[in-house]
Amino acid sequence: MRPSPPSTDARAFDVHGVAEKPATQPPRHAPAEIRLPAESLTKWFREMLLIREFEVRCMQAYQDKKIGGFCHVYIGQEAVAVGCTSAVEPRDPIVTAYRDHGHALARGMSARACMAEMFGKIGGCAKGKGGSMHMFDREHNLFGGHGIVGAQTPLGAGLAFATKYEDEVINGERSNRVTLCFLGDGALNQGAFHEAMNLAGLFNLPVIFVCENNGYSMGTSIHRGTTMGHDLAAKAASYGIESVAIDGMDFFEVHFGMSKVVTEVRRSSRPWFVDMRCYRYKGHSMSDPRKYRTREEEESYEADDPIGRMEKWMRSRSLMDEAAVKAMQKAVREEVRDALNWSESQPVPGIGELHHDVFVEPFGPYTGTSAPPMLRERGLSVPWRQEHAP
Amino acid sequence: MANLTLVQAINLALVQEMEKDDRVIILGEDVGPNGGVFRVTEGLHKRFGAHRVVDSPLAESGIIGTSIGLAMAGLRPVPEIQFDGFLGPAYDQLCSHAARMRTRTRGAFTVPITVRVPVGGGIHAPELHSDSPESIYAHQPGMKVVMPSSPYDAKGLLISSIRDPDPVMFFEPKRIYRAFREEVPEDEYVIPLGRARVVCEGGEMTVVSWGASVVQCMQAIERTGRSIELIDLRTIYPFDMAAVEASVKKTGRCVIVHEAPKTCGFGAEISARIMERCFLHLEAPVQRVAGFDTVMPYYKLELDYLPDASRIARAIEETAAY
Repeated sequence: MRPSPPSTDARAFDVHGVAEKPATQPPRHAPAEIRLPAESLTKWFREMLLIREFEVRCMQAYQDKKIGGFCHVYIGQEAVAVGCTSAVEPRDPIVTAYRDHGHALARGMSARACMAEMFGKIGGCAKGKGGSMHMFDREHNLFGGHGIVGAQTPLGAGLAFATKYEDEVINGERSNRVTLCFLGDGALNQGAFHEAMNLAGLFNLPVIFVCENNGYSMGTSIHRGTTMGHDLAAKAASYGIESVAIDGMDFFEVHFGMSKVVTEVRRSSRPWFVDMRCYRYKGHSMSDPRKYRTREEEESYEADDPIGRMEKWMRSRSLMDEAAVKAMQKAVREEVRDALNWSESQPVPGIGELHHDVFVEPFGPYTGTSAPPMLRERGLSVPWRQEHAP
Repeated sequence: MANLTLVQAINLALVQEMEKDDRVIILGEDVGPNGGVFRVTEGLHKRFGAHRVVDSPLAESGIIGTSIGLAMAGLRPVPEIQFDGFLGPAYDQLCSHAARMRTRTRGAFTVPITVRVPVGGGIHAPELHSDSPESIYAHQPGMKVVMPSSPYDAKGLLISSIRDPDPVMFFEPKRIYRAFREEVPEDEYVIPLGRARVVCEGGEMTVVSWGASVVQCMQAIERTGRSIELIDLRTIYPFDMAAVEASVKKTGRCVIVHEAPKTCGFGAEISARIMERCFLHLEAPVQRVAGFDTVMPYYKLELDYLPDASRIARAIEETAAY
């Protein structure tokens, strides 16, 4: 049986989703004349190239069984992570969902730490104990990488609460930090998202919920899984939260659109919601057969690639020539190859590592009993290996 | 008879129950044309249509809560939650509503849902995709908890679960989804809930386990060459204490094996019951081989975390020598 199209009959009992209405085009945010420092432009272009190369190599490493678990690649959405991080400052916290390699790299995590995490090696950002979905970087104010869809959105509200509290209550200053909380369009359907929006609206929290609307929650298109999928502003409006749609397939649209929102949130200290329209070129994860969409649809997006667009722009303004682009691509390839080799050479966390970081460790690793090693050393208990094995 | 994997046996049970009873419907994330994340519901959307194999929004609390409403009104929903760790958002609906409804309404309403959840480690997945939450739900009065260890049992237990008038958590060990095949009758059959299976008989010791660990136990028993009685619990709650008691009274020794963390794992309950019922028959303390009391690690350490044949064999030898 072919799935029938959504019904337009208002009384229909139809589990295919409500009739699709065309979404209006996002407004233009980039000015006609773009004036940004050449070194910044080059840096951001390189970050996009790095993410693309990193993700392509991740897919290969996954197929070679170097990466285990699950792997959700960011290919196609590079302009979103780079455009958003380019619009905030390092002091502004960021939290995201499980498609997080791009955000980690754009935020400044080294390709080595990111790749080694996926290899399950000790040099990874979470000691190789978290994997692809759990990129954390305290130094760069990246608060993860979270595996449960939508579960990071209340964390975003909490991070914004903390910045405002620290600045205003503890330090007695006017707070102007913002928190970026990324989520996918699938998270729109989770209760946690709605609770977070309500809290953020209620408490005046300076958080920007960036919905990376790539049109699919796993294998379900937004029109089959989300009401008002064509007009997400309606969801924000119900919480008294202002919103804007941005073309996430264009770096300049993201950079300038987000810069405006960030400025506004720094000023007003109120939450915002961004409908960031984008597209993931690959499947939800590596094992996704993508039966839910056509190759033609994928090709239509790939033809208007965000990296291709920016390269064209850079060359048209003579900021880079073909040779410079080639050299940059080569350097990025080298950087990712180095990350792969380094990750390969890193040790696997030992079995003892299992018992670290369960609780704070004044007496050493946690072994499932309350007896600290200093007691055991006096013969009052046995070492954990015997205690736990069998 | 057909030689089926556990995935195929579950698929067959779903097909047959849906053919037989049009009150049986499936809800879940990508369970329709995609056939679910592990392809367990493959082909069902085509066969039974979108109204009976419903692709739901990505919203576990909504999937389970809606299923409870459907069940209270007389349908037999079989919702799927993609992974053990994704049960979190649905926990409130399961434990505040589904499990308590019969008691709360003094029997006027029941919630006959069967929640299918792939569980456990062993497939190189990270945390939230490798957990074994059976004791959490066994601790909730009003909830039945089932975990098959073979394709044959999976089919019979799932049919029983769907027909059961109370809520059932049906945990499918993903590690053995496609690990081996078994002869599974084409005809429908039921395996009653609450009845354990004696996998192999023996007089020297009793080993109690369930789910994917049963396979590890079989390997360990073979390695030791001892005469050991292996009991596959099959239903974690209500569990077959009579079978455990009879065996332990015969052998006087017992080792319990499960993947979940040791503390408050279901092995603790069984061990306590053995103390209550078999104390004077015991020749050795009951031992537990379990996961460690830590969050499930990423895949490089996964096999260190999970009980394997060598750890189980060591426990068997220690218990035998006691």
